[in-house]
Order: sequence, then structure tokens, then C-alpha cells
Amino acid sequence: MKSNGNSINFSQGLKQKGGIIANGIVKNNPVFRLVLGTCPTLAVTSGAVNGMGMGLAATFVLVCSNILVSLLRKVIPDKVRIPAYVLIIATFVTLVQMILQKFIPALYESLGIYLPLIVVNCIILARAEAFASTNKVLDSALDGLGMGLGFTASLMLIGLIREFLGAGTLFYGELAGLQMGVKIAAFESVSMNIFILPAGGFLVFGILMAVINAISDYARKRKEEKEKKQIALIESAEAQQRISEAFGGASEKNGVNEVNEDVKTESGVELKNAAEGGND
Amino acid sequence: MEFLILIVSAIFVNNFILSQFLGICPFLGVSKKTDTALGMGLAVIFVMGVASIFAWLVQKLLVALHVEYLQTISFILVIAALVQLVEMVLKKFAPALYSALGVYLPLITTNCAVLGVAILNVNTYGVATGLSLLQFFLNGVFSGVGFTVAILLLAGIREKIEYADIPKPFKGFPITLITACIMSMAFVAFSGMAG
Repeated sequence: MKSNGNSINFSQGLKQKGGIIANGIVKNNPVFRLVLGTCPTLAVTSGAVNGMGMGLAATFVLVCSNILVSLLRKVIPDKVRIPAYVLIIATFVTLVQMILQKFIPALYESLGIYLPLIVVNCIILARAEAFASTNKVLDSALDGLGMGLGFTASLMLIGLIREFLGAGTLFYGELAGLQMGVKIAAFESVSMNIFILPAGGFLVFGILMAVINAISDYARKRKEEKEKKQIALIESAEAQQRISEAFGGASEKNGVNEVNEDVKTESGVELKNAAEGGND
Repeated sequence: MEFLILIVSAIFVNNFILSQFLGICPFLGVSKKTDTALGMGLAVIFVMGVASIFAWLVQKLLVALHVEYLQTISFILVIAALVQLVEMVLKKFAPALYSALGVYLPLITTNCAVLGVAILNVNTYGVATGLSLLQFFLNGVFSGVGFTVAILLLAGIREKIEYADIPKPFKGFPITLITACIMSMAFVAFSGMAG
């Protein structure tokens, strides 16, 4: 029995941890929902590979800084916490810069100035301040991972669309010495250069956000309708109960039988049956 | 002539927001009204000018000590401290300007345009000569002017859009982004003008 209880606790815990990750990816997606970190979102997404590189670099910094901030949350005095967070973040960003420069120089070149600018990416500071400074280490790490993956996914989506429409390629580029992606010859000749330009970044980001707004609006409406239906169902059941009670009272007055009394104390379904019986 | 080219290029050709994607957060966040946009713009010009000078000094020091890899950490610390300092100095000696810039000053610490201009300056001009200090300063100030031009234009458009009938999903950020897209298309026309 005890092991059974433990396993339930464990699966609930797992569900909660999964919820923390999913929160960052879907519900509070940093790019489309919180509108944080817009500069790198627009700047490096002329291709999906760049977007992915930027996203993963930011994810690494986010997870590491969340862990460290969470570990030090009782040590850092409240007054100097923001400079302390900035220093922690800057340290990890420098680390990422060095690693990329050494091992993936092509990505280092193409991310350019936006790599050191991860320091001022509001997502990282916002998560340190809003989540890591008050939560446990594991939860903070998971939150960083979820937010980072949400950021990466959004960047890749924007990058994919811009790359496809602007250059007619998918995931085209070189990553760590590996040639990857496909070039679609048919689309190459009709590609619209505007999507690679800054203007295209604004356009794709704006339209994607509008689409996501429309979808979430639709989902909310569906949910509300469902709830309304349920409320209506409950109301009708209650109404039937009242009718049956009224009938029951009437039948009692008529002195037909005493069965109705017993039925009333049981579940509503039987009450309904009783009411139908009364109708008959 | 060289400096004229630098100025035109900083304001229009390499406009920080519309062609370099730096400082988008305040661009979207503080552009609802023209007067707040102007306040933010002035604060950015001020801080970027001062920060450029300090960035030059810090970079000079880093090069002298052979620790260039500390650039990111030292720049962000210097900028954060600088913003705090500017805030205190303004409060003491120019209360009118302080109350005008008010809440926008602390926001600038996390404005990537300030750190961006410092790093870009180091990458393009270097710190070898004394002339580069002037280039740093001019580029900082006029990039700030470019930021102000863009945010003011957007704020003007957004004030009008407020009364327009926009499809519901597009309200708020999406329509602002699409406006910025059209503005950015217009600014593409400047490219190639100043080399």
C-alpha cells in the first residue's frame, strides 16, 4: 500500500515538473506571450539554423544562471540583487562566447554582436528575478529549460518561415562543419528578398503573433462554450430535480407510495428516473 | 566630411531599431504616446553619449591589461553603474531634466542599444588613436538620435492607430510590428547612401 502511495506522489511530482517546462514552451512562451527578448528574435532569425543556435545559447545561459541564482538566493542581499544577477549572467555569456568561438566559429561569426547581447536579454533577467530568486534549484533549472526551449522553438519557427520565403531554403547552413538543410531550386528563383531584410522580420513576427492571438481566442471561446454547456446541463438537472421533488411531493399528497422518499436520498440519476416515472 | 557621413549613417542608414534590431523592447513598450517616446529618446541619447566615452576608456584599459575577453562583463557593469550615477547627478544638479527623463533612466540599463553601441564602436573604430574617442562619442549620440527618430515616428502612428478599426487578433503588438515593418521598408531606401 505504501509503495502505491509513493508512486502516486512520484507521478504527481513528475506532472508538476513537466508543467513547469510546458509553462515556458506553450502557456507563457517568452517570445509570443510575454514579448520578451525581441531584439535577438528579430535580428538572428534570417535563417532557421541561426535561430536555433541563438536559442540554444540563450537556453544554456538561462539554465545555468537560474541554477546559480537559485543556489545563491539566500546569500545575495536584496538591495544588490539586480547587479549580482547581471554579473552572474554576464559570466555565463562570456563562457558561451568562448565555447562557440572555439568549437563553432561559423555560428559565432553569424550571431555576431547579438551573442554578447544575451546579457541584456530581458528573458534571462526576468526569470532570475521572477522565478529563480524564490524557487528551489531543480524547479529553477526546469523553468530555465522550459523558457529556453520556448525561446528556441519560437526563433526556429520565425527563422524557418523567413528563410523559406526569403531564400527558398530550409535549415540551410553549416553547423560544426556539417553541411545541412535543403535548397529548393523551384523556390529559389521566386524568393522574396524582403523576408531576409529587417522589414521581413517585423512582418513575420507580427503576423505570427496575430495568428497565435486568433488561435488562443478561439480556444478560449470553445472552452467558455463548453463551460456554458456544462452549466446549462447542471441547471437542467437541477430543474429536473426540482420537478421531481414537486412531483414526489404531489404523489405523496396523493398517497400513491413511499418509494419516492427512498429514491430522493440516492443519486440524481435515480431521481431523474423517478421524475420520469412520475411523469408517466 | 567624414564626420558628416558618420552622422547620416548613424541616424538613417544604420538606424539602430529599423535596420540593426537593437533596442526593440523600449521601441515596442514605450511608444504609445509621443511625449513619453520623446522622453525615452532623450534619455537614450544622453546615456549613449556618456556610455560611449566610458566604453572607450574601459576598452583602452582592457587592451592595456590584455584581458579583452572581459569586455562583456566589464561593459555591462560600467553601463549599469553609469546609469545609476547619471540618475543621481541629474537628481542633484538638474532636477528639471531628471523629472523629465524620470522613470526612463533605470529602464535603459536593460536596453540592448546601449551595450550594443559600445560593442559596435569597439568593433568598428578600435581604440588605437585619440580620434576614435570622438568617433565613439558621435556615433553614440547620433545612434541615439536615430533611435529617437524611429520611436517618435512610431508613437505618432500608434496614436492614430488607436482610433482605427483593427481586426481583434491584430490589436496591440501585432499591428505595431507590422507598422514597424512598413517603416523599416522605407528606411531600406537609405541603404548605400553613406557607404
